[in-house]
Amino acid sequence: MDTQSYLPVQPGVGMQENFLSLDDILLSHERLPIRTECAFPRLGYLEKATDAQDIPQGLYERKRRVLSVELPKVYREGWRTVFNADPNVVDLHKMGPYYYGLGSQMLHFDSPENPEIAQTLLQTFIGRFRRNMDSSQNAYNEDTSALVERLDCLEKFLFTSGQSGLNGFQSWEKGRASQLTASSLVLNYRKRKMADVPP
Amino acid sequence: DPLTLHSSAKAEGRSDLIASIKLRHCCLLRNQRCVTAYLYDRLLRIRALRWEYGSVLPANVRFHMCAEEVQWFSQYKKSLASFMRSLGGGEGLDITQDMKPPKSLYIEVRCLKDHGEFEIDDGTVILLKKNSQHFLPRWKCEQLIRQGVLEHVMS
Repeated sequence: MDTQSYLPVQPGVGMQENFLSLDDILLSHERLPIRTECAFPRLGYLEKATDAQDIPQGLYERKRRVLSVELPKVYREGWRTVFNADPNVVDLHKMGPYYYGLGSQMLHFDSPENPEIAQTLLQTFIGRFRRNMDSSQNAYNEDTSALVERLDCLEKFLFTSGQSGLNGFQSWEKGRASQLTASSLVLNYRKRKMADVPP
Repeated sequence: DPLTLHSSAKAEGRSDLIASIKLRHCCLLRNQRCVTAYLYDRLLRIRALRWEYGSVLPANVRFHMCAEEVQWFSQYKKSLASFMRSLGGGEGLDITQDMKPPKSLYIEVRCLKDHGEFEIDDGTVILLKKNSQHFLPRWKCEQLIRQGVLEHVMS
C-alpha cells in the first residue's frame, strides 16, 4: 500500500464541522431556501419579509434570529418516506452530493422534525452500507463508475478507502508489496503537463 | 471592525443597521475561512512533497509557490533534518529512505526518461538513458524511482 504523505483535513463527524476542511466548506455552500424576518437596510440585494431567498448554508449559521430556514426537499417528510422504504434505490449523488453532511448540519436549526431527520439519515446509511462495502471489497481491476455514481460524498470516500485496502492486499499477495513505486503526487503534477525536472 | 460598528450603531440609535452589519460580517468570515483553508491545503501538499519528492523541489513547482511558502518549506526541511540527525543516539537516521521494507541491497531498474550521468559510490558513472536497464544499489535509486525517473523492475 502506498503511504500517503498528503493528508487533507477531514470533514467533521456528525454535527461537527471542521473549519479547514475543504469538504465541509463545499457542503456548507449548498443553498438553502430562507425567509428574511426583518429588513436589511443598505444591503440592496436583500428584500424584506416574505421573499424566499436562497443563501449558502454557511452564511446562515450565525443569523438565526433574523432569518428562518426551510428544510430542503430531500430532508422533508415526502422524501423521508422514500428513504425509509428502500434506501438502496436512491441516487444520493443527485440528491445533493453531501446528503449526510448537510443533513447533519441541518440539525443545528432546531426544527421540530429533527428526531425524524436524524433517524432517516442514520437508517439510510445503515441500509446502504452493506451493498457499498461489498462492492468496494469485490470490484478489483474494473471500472467502478457505475457503482460509484449514485453514492454521496461520504459513501464515495468510504468506497475509495475500501478499494485502496483491496488493492494493497492484492498487490501484497502478488509479491509486489516490496516494489518501489513513483509517488502519486509526482505523477499527478506530471499529468498536468508541467515541464520535466532538469537533471 | 464589526464589534465597534455594532456598538456605535446601538449608541447612535441605528439599531436597524445591526442585522446588516451581522450579515455582512458573516460574509467576510466566510471568505476568510475559504482563503485560510485554501492556503492551509497548499501547505499540506508542499509538506507532502518533501516526503514524496525530496528536499529540492523542481523549478516548475517552486515557480507556483509564493515566497512565504518557499520559506515555510525550507524551515520544515530544517526541522526534519535536525530531527533525523538526533535519532539513533546522535548517529542520525534518514527516515525518508526505505519507506517500504527492503528485500535486497541491489535492484533492477529501467530508465523512464533521459536523466544524464549518475555516479555511484565506487566511482562508476552510469548513463541513464531512456529505456536502459541497470542493476544498482537500492538506496541510490529510491529517490529517482519516487520522482518517476526510474522504474523498479521485479523479476
